[in-house]
Parts: sequence; C-alpha cells; structure tokens
Amino acid sequence: MIEVKNLTKKFNDFIAVDNLSFSVKKGEIFAFLGPNGAGKTTCIKIFTTLLKPTAGEVFINGINPVENPNKVRKLFGIIFQDQSLDDELTVLENMNFHGVLYGVAKDLRINRIEELLKMVELWERRNELVKNFSGGMKRRLEIARGLLHHPKIIFLDEPTLGLDPQTRNHIWNYIKELNQKKNITVFFTTHYMEEAAKVADRIAIIDKGVITAEGTAAELINITNTNSLEEAFLKLTGKIIREEGEKNIDQLRMQRKLWKR
Amino acid sequence: MEKIKRTIYIIAILWLRQIKRYIRSRTRMLGSLGQPILFLVALGFGFGPIFEKAGGGDYIQFLAPGIIAMTIIFTAIFSGIEVIADKQFGFLKETLVAPVSRYSIMIGRTLGGATVAVVQGIIIFILAVIIGFHPLITLSFPLAFVYMILIALFFTGLGTAIGSVLDDMHAFPLIINFLIMPLFFLSGALFPLKNLSQAINIAAMINPLSYGVDGIRGVLVGQVHFGLLTDFTVLVAFSVFILFLGSYLFSKIKV
Repeated sequence: MIEVKNLTKKFNDFIAVDNLSFSVKKGEIFAFLGPNGAGKTTCIKIFTTLLKPTAGEVFINGINPVENPNKVRKLFGIIFQDQSLDDELTVLENMNFHGVLYGVAKDLRINRIEELLKMVELWERRNELVKNFSGGMKRRLEIARGLLHHPKIIFLDEPTLGLDPQTRNHIWNYIKELNQKKNITVFFTTHYMEEAAKVADRIAIIDKGVITAEGTAAELINITNTNSLEEAFLKLTGKIIREEGEKNIDQLRMQRKLWKR
Repeated sequence: MEKIKRTIYIIAILWLRQIKRYIRSRTRMLGSLGQPILFLVALGFGFGPIFEKAGGGDYIQFLAPGIIAMTIIFTAIFSGIEVIADKQFGFLKETLVAPVSRYSIMIGRTLGGATVAVVQGIIIFILAVIIGFHPLITLSFPLAFVYMILIALFFTGLGTAIGSVLDDMHAFPLIINFLIMPLFFLSGALFPLKNLSQAINIAAMINPLSYGVDGIRGVLVGQVHFGLLTDFTVLVAFSVFILFLGSYLFSKIKV
C-alpha cells in the first residue's frame, strides 16, 4: 500500500530524511516512533503531496504522489499534528466542506456524516461552532472528517499530542475499530512508546531522518536483547523519550500555538 | 461536464465559507465600516464649505464614490490576511491536500472576499445616501455595481497574492498600509485629478484605483476624468492580471 524507496529530503544543507526505504502492507497499522525532529512529519508531508522529495520515490497504492498528486489525494485521509478545522464553522459545516472538496455526492455525504459523527459521539453537537470545543473533541471531529471520503489509507501525525490519557485511549479505540472493520491502512507517527507498542502491528524507529530498526514491538525488544520498547529505543538511538519530557514538549507546543493566536 | 460542475461546487463552497465567516464576525463587519464613516462625515462636512467656495460643488457628491471605493479596497485587500491565518492555524493544509486544483481554491476564496467587500461598499453607499448623497439617477447604481465588483476583485486578488508569499501576520497590515494609503490618496477619491502636477497625474494614471473611483463617480454623479469605457477596460485588465498572479503565487504556497 505504501512503498518508499531511498527517500531523501533536504532543507538547504539540513538532511531531514536520509535515504529511507520501507513498505506498509494493506490493512496494516504502521507506526513511526521517534523523538521530535526525527523526520516523521516531513515523511508524512511527502506522502500527502505537501512536500516534494529531494531524492528517492514514494508509491501510494502504486501511484507516485509527485507525478499524480490528485490521484494520490483521493486515496488518503489525514489528521495533522496541528489542528486544521475552521473554528468559525460548525461541525456539520466543516464536514460538508470536506465532503464537497473530495467530491462525495450529497446523499452519500448526509448519511456518512451522520454515521461518522455518531461514531465519534459528536452528532448531538453537530450545529455548534468548533471554536467552543475542547482539544479532544476537535481531534475526534478531525478523525471523522478524515474518513468522510472513505480513504484507503489514513495518515495520523501525532494524533494524540497534548490530549489526556482517557481521550487518547478513546481515539485509538476508534482507529483500531476502523482498521479492523474497514481494512483501512493506518500510518501514524508518535513519540509515545506505549501507544506504538499497543496499537501498531509494526513499528519503525526513526532518528535523525534514518530508520534504525523495524519490526513488531516484540521483535524490536528481541533484536536489542532488552526488556521493553523503551529500552530497545534507548539501545537503538542512544536516547530516552521520557514521559516527563514529552509532557514538557507538549506544553511548549501548545503554548506556541496559543501565542501564535 | 462533470469536471466543470465539480469545480463550480468547490468554488461555491469556498465562497460560502468566506460569507459565513463574515456574517458571524459582527466586530469585523462593524469595525471595517468605522473608518469610511469617519472619512465621509468628517471630511464631507469639514471640507464641504471650502470645496464649494472653490467652485467644486457639493463635496459629499464628490466624496461619496471615493469613500465607497475606499471601503471596498480596505475590506478586499485585508481578506488576504485570512490566507496567512489559514496557513498558521492549519486550515489551509486541509484544502491543499484535497484532490482539487489550487486555482479553484484561489478563485473561490477571492470571490468570497470580493463579495464581502462589495457588501461593505453597498452599506456605505446606503449610509452616504442617508447623510445627503444623491446619485444622479437611481438606475445608475447597477452600473456602479460593476465597477465596485472590479475594484473588489482586483484588491482581493492583490491581498491573496501578498498573503500567499507572507508568513507573518503582523507584517501584513504594515505592508498593506504602506501600499494602499498612497494608492488611495492618489486615486482622486478625495480631490479632483484636474490641474494637478505632472508627477501626481502620472501616479494617478498608473494607479488602478483611480479608474475604479472614476468609474463609480462617473455613473453615480456624472463626473468622469478618464472615461467610463477606459475605466472599465483598465480595471478588467488589472483584475485579470492580478488574478493570474495571485493564482500562481497561491499555487506555490508551502505549509
């Protein structure tokens, strides 16, 4: 479903992604686990046509996003790291807007919006402006919106960043359910160890734009001869992603977003 | 045929988004009317007697078309800041990863911004009539509407073009004021373009707003400087050029 061959992305002299090669099978849940600045978001931007690679090739369902961006865009849904809803529109308006952009027919759109909003438990609040919602509710809405056009693949860039554990759990349950029921391929990035271990079928550990290891959580623990994914990560990258550190980074990111507003 | 229909839907939904955001923002709606009303009342009544003594006639009659144009250009060009806001707050990514042409996104946004600007212009026209402005004939308004649309399209396109290349939301108003104020003051909105120095005349001639103000004034009060057909032709040419430039710059946006 996703085929990456010798992918490299440079920003001037800085190498964000360095000669990556890997593949993701149809119906698989695949995680990119890595610290901030590892190149995870850059990869997602390349897969979703927002960036062009410096070298190498990517195929999404056999289609090259550089050569046929619009064909690829029809195949995926995406939940960005930062919020991408229009706060001044209602839930229904945000959903309808997305539906029209993706050419979902009106009758179909009405039914799917109802089904998806019920799934993420926002149907009762469909006429409210998004600006009044909490971070968790916005994330749920983004997930529903990303699925409206029935994508074959869903990209999630740090989808639970800054959310409380209960909401994180809630969101991952939806995604796993979707993956199982509709056989949607899921590609997500995270720096939460337990999320990658719990949700992903396979994990690629990425650091400084390079994949240092790839496999199931159990395989990564085995090959590094360690007792946990955290230890495996430490052995492979020489770094620790601590929960405290994550929270601080999350808080800084959230503050940055608030200052921007 | 299906492709054209889909493009129209996309343009329509982007247009509708701009309209809904405008209707829901009462502060923006009222705030952007404050300056034109102040100009209309303060300048209209303040300079009125001097203008009349100098043989220029009723100053409100002269000034109102200029203030209508002013309202449109400020509202239109400031719609460009929404491009930067959408870049910063993430909404633009949602449209850029959708399987639609960036040109249709740009056209939808521009038409939405231009519609809002024309609505603001109509509100000022009504207020001008209330305080004493008398259009030549009632039927002249539909023709003035054409010039209002052209001004709105040009300046919304210009705003979008600038918003596409800028990332700093604080820099946008500074650049716009630096650009718009000279265009406004040298457009003949506040004073007649007759008997001016050669330098100001040249500046007015290369200023697209001069043709917009002249067109509106020509059809509403019958005072024309360049000629209505010239005004129309020049405005269409400027608008087409800026829409192409804006579309190109918008298509190059990176998020």
